Amino acid sequence: MKQLLNNRHPYMFIAPAVILLTLFSLIPILVALVISFTDMNLKGLADWSAVSFIGLENYKDLFSDATFIKSIFNTFFYVIIGVPLVIICSLSIALLLNYGTSWIFNTFRAVYYMPSITNIIAVAVIWGYLYNTEYGLFNYLLSLISVDNIPWLQEPTIAKISLIILAVWKGIGINMIIFLAALQGIPKSYYEAAEMDGASRLQVLFHITLPLLRYATFFVTVTTLIGWMQFFEEPFVMTDGGPLDGTISIALFIYQEGFQYSEFGYAAAGSFILFAMIIIVTVFQFKVQKKDTEL
Amino acid sequence: MATATKRSKPEKALVIFLLIAGGVLVSIPFLWMISSSFKPENEVLAIPPTIIPDNPTIENYIKLFTSMNFAVYLRNTIIIVLFSFLGLLFNAMAGYGFAKYHFKGREKIFYLVLATMMIPGQVTMIPVYLILNAMGLTNTMAGIILPGLAVAFSIFLFRQFMATIPDDLLEAARLDGAGEFYIFFRLITPIAKPIFAVQGILTFIAGWNSFLWPLIIANDESLYTLSVGLSLLQGQYANNFALQMAGAAFMVIPIIIIFSFFQKYIVEGFTMSGIK
Repeated sequence: MKQLLNNRHPYMFIAPAVILLTLFSLIPILVALVISFTDMNLKGLADWSAVSFIGLENYKDLFSDATFIKSIFNTFFYVIIGVPLVIICSLSIALLLNYGTSWIFNTFRAVYYMPSITNIIAVAVIWGYLYNTEYGLFNYLLSLISVDNIPWLQEPTIAKISLIILAVWKGIGINMIIFLAALQGIPKSYYEAAEMDGASRLQVLFHITLPLLRYATFFVTVTTLIGWMQFFEEPFVMTDGGPLDGTISIALFIYQEGFQYSEFGYAAAGSFILFAMIIIVTVFQFKVQKKDTEL
Repeated sequence: MATATKRSKPEKALVIFLLIAGGVLVSIPFLWMISSSFKPENEVLAIPPTIIPDNPTIENYIKLFTSMNFAVYLRNTIIIVLFSFLGLLFNAMAGYGFAKYHFKGREKIFYLVLATMMIPGQVTMIPVYLILNAMGLTNTMAGIILPGLAVAFSIFLFRQFMATIPDDLLEAARLDGAGEFYIFFRLITPIAKPIFAVQGILTFIAGWNSFLWPLIIANDESLYTLSVGLSLLQGQYANNFALQMAGAAFMVIPIIIIFSFFQKYIVEGFTMSGIK
């Protein structure tokens, strides 16, 4: 009897979630792969017979699409500047927050976490106002120290940097919490031993704390990098990819092809190129990490 | 703290000063939002800007409900949040199933669940839309809610936690004749309170903030969520920054209040899940 129960119950427990995941995550991957080899578009949605297989055509077209190439360039721009900034900022703040346990530290932990739980549209509305060339707070503050108006979102390179500032502001919270959790897991005896040996505070930081944060740092680097390669929400809500495609990212390109121009097949092909890039970068990181620990 | 005894006063003062300076910098957008939301329309464009409103008014907040349909958006958002808690229950059940039962294909199915975490949202977005379209669920509440119910990361965290619950406890309950679902709801859920707290608040935040999927699926304004409504407001009242700020504040402040009550669980939750 018990054996029978044990056979049936586990499936009942996992069924709802697993069925939903299958329907909305696993099957869609196969669908995406199939349609990336077709010319599926709005017409094909209404009439399946209008869809035809075109082989690797979409993939070839993508690499001669100037907008797609630009989106790759922009995405690397975001990743190369944004990822190190997020990691350095969140680690520094976590170290500061780990210094004490009084209410001040708890309050500021909440303050630094706030941006990451703020709705992206609210963020866009608020920052759009802050970045406004004429009425924005930033340009007003700069005018006080007689700096000319900065076109925060109107010039391609400056716009990219403006989006990075916003994304770093929003991205600190979650990583800071991970670093903080790791810092609190370091045994006190390590610090006590170092103190008895007369190590200076900087020595403790560089020879004890940072090495022991190796796994947290690796975790944060991998997840942040994956997140930033899919950089989407910030340009989507702030600039819609403009000016002159100056802020378009790969993910935004895919969204626009898919949902604005309804080129589903083309967009699906783009999404697989992004997926491949993410896998390559992640595997590379694991390889480097492995080498590090072997040394 | 490790070396608390040996700390010098100036060092602590410096740390607190840095924390406050950074904190103010991070909070500027929020402070500016709240201050501007209480300004009348003409004052919000004044140069130099006023830091505290000269003529504070709550007119902007009232206008959200009279000129815009924020009551409808709020209702839809709350519906989404409530259903996402049903999803949370599914994830918890799945996590428990993977942690506490031995069954055929357990490892394989669990790896598939984990694999879904690595797929970028952009890959599945279009097929999910096509699937919902084929099921006739575009432009319906069900179409907005269903794809977000099961979350692989959440299943993973639940499994990690449930695995720490001793098997003897379950066996004892079974010997007493308790059914499997009784065990889960009466015995396991109270033990798993901390992980439910973390997941609960994260689920609430995600549901409350949900934007992209409602935007893709909903054509009728009657299905819009708060964030879709807010982006509509941004388009319609492009130069009325005071109204925009009131809309933003209406979205952000409930989250901040709920978060400040539950924030200690979040740090504990990450410590618990063993990410170190």
